[in-house]
Amino acid sequence: MKKINKIKIKLNGKFIKIQDKTTLLSLIKKLKVPIKKVAVELNQTIANKKSLGIIKIKKNDKIEIVHFIGGG
Amino acid sequence: MKKIDNLIIAKKKFKSRLIVGTGKYRSMAECAKAIKLSGAEIVTVAVRRVNIVDKKKPLLMDYINPKKITYLPNTAGCFNSKEALRTLRLAREIGGWKLVKLEVLGDKKTLFPDMIETLKSTEALTKEGFKVMVYCTDDPLMAKRLENVGACAIMPLAAPIGSGLGIQNYTNIKIIRNQTKLPLIIDAGLGQASDATIAMELGCDGVLINTAIAKAKNPFQMAIAMKHAVLAGRDSYLSGRIGKHYFANPSSPIKDII
Repeated sequence: MKKINKIKIKLNGKFIKIQDKTTLLSLIKKLKVPIKKVAVELNQTIANKKSLGIIKIKKNDKIEIVHFIGGG
Repeated sequence: MKKIDNLIIAKKKFKSRLIVGTGKYRSMAECAKAIKLSGAEIVTVAVRRVNIVDKKKPLLMDYINPKKITYLPNTAGCFNSKEALRTLRLAREIGGWKLVKLEVLGDKKTLFPDMIETLKSTEALTKEGFKVMVYCTDDPLMAKRLENVGACAIMPLAAPIGSGLGIQNYTNIKIIRNQTKLPLIIDAGLGQASDATIAMELGCDGVLINTAIAKAKNPFQMAIAMKHAVLAGRDSYLSGRIGKHYFANPSSPIKDII
């Protein structure tokens, strides 16, 4: 069986391990986050929602997924 | 017939002059009901990390429909222009929001705005096409500078955020009112309905209230009170109040007293 490579990334401030060559879109789908209600940032740059499927996550990437919450 | 008296911000018309914050409520359902009762058409919202552990946590958008209520993303918690710009760019990415509330704080204890960073951010955001409503101090000179760099609304504090103290400097608010044609909205520090009325009587175009409603023992009743207070204050301002006199002037005619 082929060994699946895992890489360490930082998601919303927490280190996690994911499968290598995962795209941003598949990560978001896996997390079951409603894509229309969030914004995604990759290494402090906004990731265009239309391009999420072609952006591959690399080792040590910092990803932020944000949404709206109550605030004043 | 009463003339239509809309609040106009960045060419968009709103019937209600009350803007409500969505923070500090006991639940999302309570927040949504309070907003409905207040009649507010604009609500402020914050941008935060999605909870990736607890996916069942309710989402604000499930309770307050952004198609019916205008979301005003804020930069609460940002202490410099870099953080504020990053936050609002993310907010825009969520759903194309261009009307935003800028709030760059300078001090954790008072939550007073850092006006130098605020001014820089207002200019940068405006250049990027944002319509920026700006939380600011009640300093007329800074208010003018914000206007000069493209702010679409001036939002001076009445008193520190969440303090409930009401308007502390009537004179400055009045001076700002007289110098600007931009929407002037009191943001922060109001505690009760009469505070909102006073703000409107000073000629403000609207008020933004969060804590005073959310943390009232009965937020629903306070939401209704604030709605009426804003309407009363606006009518009072437009009606042209009587002059102040230091002696009495009888209300009943003196002529033909028996």
